[in-house]
Amino acid sequence: MSVTVANLSVAYRSHRGDVTAVDGVSFSLADGEIMGLAGESGCGKSTLGNALVCMDTRMKATAGKVMLDGKELPIEDGRAMRPLRMTEVSVVPQYAMNALTPTRKIRRLVTDLLKSHGVRDRDRVLTEMKRRIALIGLTGDVLGKYSFELSGGMRQRITILMSTLLNPSLLIADEVTSALDVSTQRAVGEMLLEFRDRGYVRSVIAITHDLSILAQIADSIAIMYAGRLVEKAPTPSIVNDALHPYTQALIASLPEVGVRHDQATLTGIPGRPPSLLRPPAGCRFRDRCPFAFDKCAENPPLQEVRPGHHVACWKAAQEASE
Amino acid sequence: MSELKVHEVSKLFQATTRAGGLTPALRKVSFELRQGEVISLIGESGSGKTTIGKVILRLVRPSSGTVTYDGKDITRYSARGLRDYYRHVQGVFQDPFSSYNPIYHADRVFDLLRDVYFARLSDAAWNDKIDAALHAVALNPSDVLGKYPHELSGGQQQRLLIARALLLDVRVLVADEIISMLDASTRVDVLNLLVKLKQEGLAILFITHDLSLGNYVSDRTIILRHGAIAEIGPTEMIFGNPQHDYTKMLLSAVPELHKKWRHTALGPVALPGDDGAVSGNGSAAVIPVAVPSNPNGRGATAPVPVIPLEPPVLHEFEPGHLVAEPE
Repeated sequence: MSVTVANLSVAYRSHRGDVTAVDGVSFSLADGEIMGLAGESGCGKSTLGNALVCMDTRMKATAGKVMLDGKELPIEDGRAMRPLRMTEVSVVPQYAMNALTPTRKIRRLVTDLLKSHGVRDRDRVLTEMKRRIALIGLTGDVLGKYSFELSGGMRQRITILMSTLLNPSLLIADEVTSALDVSTQRAVGEMLLEFRDRGYVRSVIAITHDLSILAQIADSIAIMYAGRLVEKAPTPSIVNDALHPYTQALIASLPEVGVRHDQATLTGIPGRPPSLLRPPAGCRFRDRCPFAFDKCAENPPLQEVRPGHHVACWKAAQEASE
Repeated sequence: MSELKVHEVSKLFQATTRAGGLTPALRKVSFELRQGEVISLIGESGSGKTTIGKVILRLVRPSSGTVTYDGKDITRYSARGLRDYYRHVQGVFQDPFSSYNPIYHADRVFDLLRDVYFARLSDAAWNDKIDAALHAVALNPSDVLGKYPHELSGGQQQRLLIARALLLDVRVLVADEIISMLDASTRVDVLNLLVKLKQEGLAILFITHDLSLGNYVSDRTIILRHGAIAEIGPTEMIFGNPQHDYTKMLLSAVPELHKKWRHTALGPVALPGDDGAVSGNGSAAVIPVAVPSNPNGRGATAPVPVIPLEPPVLHEFEPGHLVAEPE
């Protein structure tokens, strides 16, 4: 097990009290696993990702711990985390395309980054960077360019390259394919696969709201709703055999190529997620769930109903045990 | 019978790069949008799809070519004529939040409209009109009236903007990426709303880079590449039997739930000046690899060739289905 997150809760401080954006989330990733983390905006998926790399001043971990390769990750201690960033855990932040400053050439950004992480043999790393640039089909001269001279897709891929340059154990890729054209999306997705296969990153958490891209690249998919993990399973199980009503509704709302409105009408999910300031007791999807019954007033635990398939739903658990 | 006709519209932008020169954003684009028809305009970033929308909304003046509505050239309207044009032709854009002023209530977008178009309407009649428009977009008036934009979800904001267009006697709606910022669960409601409005006779130009969304709502599809039409035709023909290589490449890249991309590992690549692994923690065995010859669909990083001003010639492949010559 390369990554184990146990009962992690992360809260934001606010004037009206703590907002628990990630509430008791547990999961683990095997070596070489790409796990997709999906859910609606505000479900806590980015907060979870950020907490594993860099907590900002508004955030605090209220419970739980994170193990990486058998050692505990000191996520609350910014100073202790610093030498681990890039080498052990690394992040491709949301809107990464805009992460490259326009005032420095790419080569300078890379050397600055290496310097600040105390890498001595920078020439050798730069040679490796050139190799990887060629690997993804770009030319070496991108190092001598400013970020505004590159297209969005090129910037995105350069950012991923920089984040993975020191071969981190865990990469958090937050919305790396959003806002890209389909052909570039595919190139970025395949780049993640290739980097995993080559061992440039050992495991990846890919955060996105786009389930269809996860169906392409992820080995397993975890679904979050209102701060909680509601389902986690291998990708084929989520896509073909989702058990949680929320996951089922998410999949039913995706249009497929070749399906028109007069052939099949898609359905949305009525309602909105509850406020996390004072979340309701019990299952948080209860108000929007077509199958809710009395038992749902209690909080359903995440339980393994089939090998590798975890779900937090009373109804799904009941049906699976029958 | 109102009809919007785009005839050989070109738009050249002054390039801001060191080389300078003119960049063609649109190259002699022609199509017609009929009543009750939805056309998806699909293209990658930089293909000129938003520029077409802006030309139709008269936010950008074309370098050459004409847009006519009901037989009249839209660039020649007087102030009064333009006001009437906007009564019939409206736009909704990608980021709903930026369409609102965050310090006013969201429904101020209605009031601004009233000042221009319905100054003489009584309060009661105006409120009835708003209720009817909100009802048409399936919003509950008490949920949205008197609220600030940040209190509304993205889907509510976007539907409120569509309701604003419906207050007018709108016949053509330019919908530029209106659902790409919405979550999957709310996006469907807006899509189904567009279908309903179309059935009531509204013509919609649905601009998107998401092929599956375009496919779901539209009657006809235009594939735009480098500012020119690569393929145009009934949606089921374009998606069922694409003829242009570019269309095929786009379709093969669409992520689908039940079909995987065929990912081929790059394999060994030999590189100039290489030695062992990198410093740092991991011990990746770096496989020397030959630089891949950038096969179709992967990367899309080939240097952009200089684009000729003249668009490729369109040939009729089957009735109504036109395909451009390869460039």
